[in-house]
Amino acid sequence: MLLAFDWTQLAQQIVIGLSSGGVWATLAVALVLIYRSTGVVNFAQGEMAMFSTFIAWSLVHHGLSYWAAFFLTVAISFFGGVGIERVVIKPVERAPVLTVVIVTLGLFFLVNGAARWIWSPEVRSLPNAFSTRPIDVAGVAFSIQDLGTIAVSLGAVGLLWLFFRFTKLGLASRAAAVNPEASRLVGVRVSWMLALGWGLAAAMGAVSGMLTAPALASFDQNLMQPVLLYAFAGAVLGGLDSPLGAVVGSLLLGVLINLIGTYVDWVGTDLRLPVALAVILGVLLVKPTGLFGRAEVVRV
Amino acid sequence: MRRGLGIAVWALTAVAVLALYLLAPHLVSDFHSRDLAQAGVFFIAIVGLNILTGYTGQISLGHGALMAVGGYTTAALAVHEHWRDVWTIPLAGIAAGVVGFLIGLPALRLSGIYLALATFAFAVAMPSLLKKFSGLTGGGQGLRLLEQAPLQVTGLSGTVTVFGHSTTQNHFLYYLTWGIGLVAFVIAWLIVRGRLGRTFRAVRDSEVAAASVGIDLARTKTLAFAISGVYAGVAGALFAIQAEIVNPLSFTFLLSILLLVGAVVGGLGSLPGMVVGAFFVEYVPDLSTHVSSKPGVPDFIYGAAIILVMILLPTGAGGLLRRVARPLTTRLYLRP
Repeated sequence: MLLAFDWTQLAQQIVIGLSSGGVWATLAVALVLIYRSTGVVNFAQGEMAMFSTFIAWSLVHHGLSYWAAFFLTVAISFFGGVGIERVVIKPVERAPVLTVVIVTLGLFFLVNGAARWIWSPEVRSLPNAFSTRPIDVAGVAFSIQDLGTIAVSLGAVGLLWLFFRFTKLGLASRAAAVNPEASRLVGVRVSWMLALGWGLAAAMGAVSGMLTAPALASFDQNLMQPVLLYAFAGAVLGGLDSPLGAVVGSLLLGVLINLIGTYVDWVGTDLRLPVALAVILGVLLVKPTGLFGRAEVVRV
Repeated sequence: MRRGLGIAVWALTAVAVLALYLLAPHLVSDFHSRDLAQAGVFFIAIVGLNILTGYTGQISLGHGALMAVGGYTTAALAVHEHWRDVWTIPLAGIAAGVVGFLIGLPALRLSGIYLALATFAFAVAMPSLLKKFSGLTGGGQGLRLLEQAPLQVTGLSGTVTVFGHSTTQNHFLYYLTWGIGLVAFVIAWLIVRGRLGRTFRAVRDSEVAAASVGIDLARTKTLAFAISGVYAGVAGALFAIQAEIVNPLSFTFLLSILLLVGAVVGGLGSLPGMVVGAFFVEYVPDLSTHVSSKPGVPDFIYGAAIILVMILLPTGAGGLLRRVARPLTTRLYLRP
């Protein structure tokens, strides 16, 4: 039994899991960015990413190469995110949190509708970003696409980390998230920092969308809905207020789901998500703020 | 004197509501009274959600799944045990209440958005679970109530005889749903204005303060979940009776989300506002399709409507109602 165990297959499955986990991680980080500064889970994050992916599709359709379209779309999405925050979120800045959550749900329908309005609801496809040929690492064949996806998503998260850690603007926006009043006193424009957060989140979402689409044979306007669910689950597993947690949580979730789906017959494809959610629920019951989350200490 | 006036106002309101209840289906076409009946299903579920989220402060994104428990209880009893569908409603409520109690258990450890995820997980898992246990639930096909339940007669335009009084099927569904809806509303009102309601609000406003005055947090939270579950279960049962079919696609997580939208648009912490929430969830998607049926446009309008309502009324219709009603009622009570 043990001898028959196929280590090659295990390694391959782990890399495949890391690849999907990496895509979820970029979207999960987007969720965390907005959650940290406003306490709101942005339900429209996936649909915004889907919209970005369709922009990329249009650019490719007009003759741009995948990577040119990739970077152009990230830039467009950043400004789109800032614009959405200014128009839709700023008016409810002072409203109860649940009101803002419902606004993002409204945004979910609005963006999805807009995408089906602009790009008619038919299936389409993006060219592969990476070569589909396998690569041999220590005697195990991996697909270049999976490795490339892991690299790009972790690269994007890394860049974001550098921005927050080493630039003055990053410092200001972290300050605005932690203590809005004090930051306002030292001259940080807190409201604009929120807009910046939305812009960065939209850009990260665009990355995750453009990594999701080429891996599928074809996609339509619903492509990011499952991704949002997994990203949400991954972010919660890691702790919603921790970007590092979101990345680790998503990667763990990716590997976990893939291994469960491969090795536990009873689960199959149908129950993969429910089982993963049950595992997360178990983790949360032991550690209610996720693996890396900090419990909020309240003075009463 | 003032007390007498207050009672008179209450009595008048009650009479007006009853009159509206009895007359409403005659003001619209037979076909549209079915829409009204559907709005009634949302109303009952949203009132229940409001007890939990609005009054006790526990966010649930899983109420669609609780409706599924109610709906499938009704369908399974009607199809497998040949019960008359209407009599299954209390059992559907109890079943969903028990499940509500169970999903309330994680609430003892989790709060805010983490609780939302736990309940959301339940909502997401529900359709797959329903497909997996196909012996009871009919799998992806679902269960049809139409052939098996002998007393649910004929198609859409059939008639139903209740206590020797004959009425169209659509009117029957309307009176049944909103009749239960009115009772559910009164019970909810009695709960939230009484001792239990004060306990709920104390937990919502500060768990620490509530615990320090001797409120049992665990008992209160799970009780709120159970009560809310009963409402969702009854709503689910009525849903099954109206649609005459239940399948996994009737209860996706989108339903849970729409219920929360309805509760917030109606105004958390306001029971009359829930009527507005229910009508919003039932009618706005339809109205958007009337504007233009080009692909995507109805969803676009629906989303824009949600955003606009939230920007204009951040505390929902209930908040507006309070703002309008307070000057009137204070005048009523203060003037001799």
